[in-house]
Amino acid sequence: MTVAENGGAAAVADFLRARREQLAQQWADLTLFRAVHTSGRDVAVHAAHRLVDALTEVARDGRVDDVTVPALDQVRAALAQMIAARSQAGATPPQVAAEVAELKRPVIAMVGRELADADRGAALIAATDLMGTLRLVGMEISLSDEGAIVARQRRQLSEVATPVLKLWDRVVAVPLIGTLDSARTQVVMETLLEAIVDQHAAVAILDITGVPLVDTVVAQHLMKTALAVRLMGARCVVSGIRPQIAQTIVQLGIDLGDITTRATLADALEWALGQVGTSIGRA
Amino acid sequence: MNAATGMRRVSVHRLGEVLLASIQQELTDSIAVALRQDLTEMAAAGTRGVIIDISQVEIVDSFLARVLAEIAAATRILAGRTVVCGMRPPVAITMVEMGLGLPGLHTARSLEDALALVEAGEVGR
Amino acid sequence: MTTAAVTTLPITSDLEIAGVRQAVREAAVAAGFSLVEQTKVVTAASELARNTLVHGGGGRLEITRLDRPHGQGIRLRFRDEGPGIADVETALSDGYTTGHGLGLGLGGARRLVQEFAIDTAPGRGTTVTVTAWPRGAWGG
Repeated sequence: MTVAENGGAAAVADFLRARREQLAQQWADLTLFRAVHTSGRDVAVHAAHRLVDALTEVARDGRVDDVTVPALDQVRAALAQMIAARSQAGATPPQVAAEVAELKRPVIAMVGRELADADRGAALIAATDLMGTLRLVGMEISLSDEGAIVARQRRQLSEVATPVLKLWDRVVAVPLIGTLDSARTQVVMETLLEAIVDQHAAVAILDITGVPLVDTVVAQHLMKTALAVRLMGARCVVSGIRPQIAQTIVQLGIDLGDITTRATLADALEWALGQVGTSIGRA
Repeated sequence: MNAATGMRRVSVHRLGEVLLASIQQELTDSIAVALRQDLTEMAAAGTRGVIIDISQVEIVDSFLARVLAEIAAATRILAGRTVVCGMRPPVAITMVEMGLGLPGLHTARSLEDALALVEAGEVGR
Repeated sequence: MTTAAVTTLPITSDLEIAGVRQAVREAAVAAGFSLVEQTKVVTAASELARNTLVHGGGGRLEITRLDRPHGQGIRLRFRDEGPGIADVETALSDGYTTGHGLGLGLGGARRLVQEFAIDTAPGRGTTVTVTAWPRGAWGG
């Protein structure tokens, strides 16, 4: 077997096919395979075979340092499930990346040990490129997976953190705690509007005592919520505007429009009780 | 226009001095425009207010929002007020995201609240 | 990302705008959108279909379902061979109206979807492509 220019990849492809079993056996003992395939070593070896085969095809294709080649789809498919399992088990993307990177050492060691001198140099370069590409693909998968998990957790958290309380007949309140970003505002709005329907509420109180900061963005979110409440035919009052927040609002020149505001939740409830019975809204 | 498409107009009922339009169907633009015409003509015969029940309406886009605002403007001139009632939460959220409001219209949760609002005469803010 | 079959609908009358709303609702339900997400994309479709009918003199809509590892989205492509839009920025700004709606048609639709692209020039027709994803499939 001689290696011409650019033939390093072909040599790696031949090598991977010839050493498929040995490599799979070694990989099966590494964290990535071991942690995912806990049901038995055979399953881990089988999964490792699949990844070796997919990488063989990439090497056969020749473009070992290009993360866009179609041949990598099989590699992605082989990695995706394992990476998802690792993320679900709590491994962070850097941890997962390190576990994927571990797969490199046995490959390089075997190429260095077993290939003839004439072939070794080009093959080592190609094998290094190939395993670098594998690591990038792994990182890409774990990061996109991470994005989905973070989004899911944030959603669950904000749903849990948004209780709607029935304070009186036809009066509901949401005590907001923490920052109000747009994802959170969506959840608050949906939860509050559903509660207005369920409770036949005429007044909704948004209590922002637990909101640390009111800037223009937060003010906008509050106004959106108040407007949606009004479109639904209920009235909205914002309470819990602490003195320093009131000052910030004035200093920033934030216009709260014609949102009704009260200093405390008690004041807001008093206002709400005055409204109930007339139960009116105006768009 | 409606005869051509085979779609019904929204029926308008007179409850004493109040006109009630309950939208129970998919609204095309031409049906919305026909509703505006019907309500404006009937309001001219004497009315204290118009109630439009949109509890069955699944979307309000900028066209329907404009037609509703036009109905409010027309009935206001004819000495009545227009109340839109029963908007669904997803509709309200979508309108807010788009930046749509219902200028000149009053809103109520239920038909009962809407009637009370028309009867009340004076509207608080 | 893989794409599923494409559905094409004509937009030549206001009754067909109603048909567009129904087809987009069905696609959104099939892709697992929540009720609020369905309502947003259907409302955006209603605005864009009316734009195609009123300003483009009629056209068509292609609905494509998109599959990603974390969820399914839908892509809507509205095409017409009308006069095109000379000033896209103005057409997208609030308050711009040519007599239909509140001047929030295009700009409003843009706020209801995750991706929005418009390809137009005077005399060349207009193609508006929007993509909507359910929460979680597109980073929240």
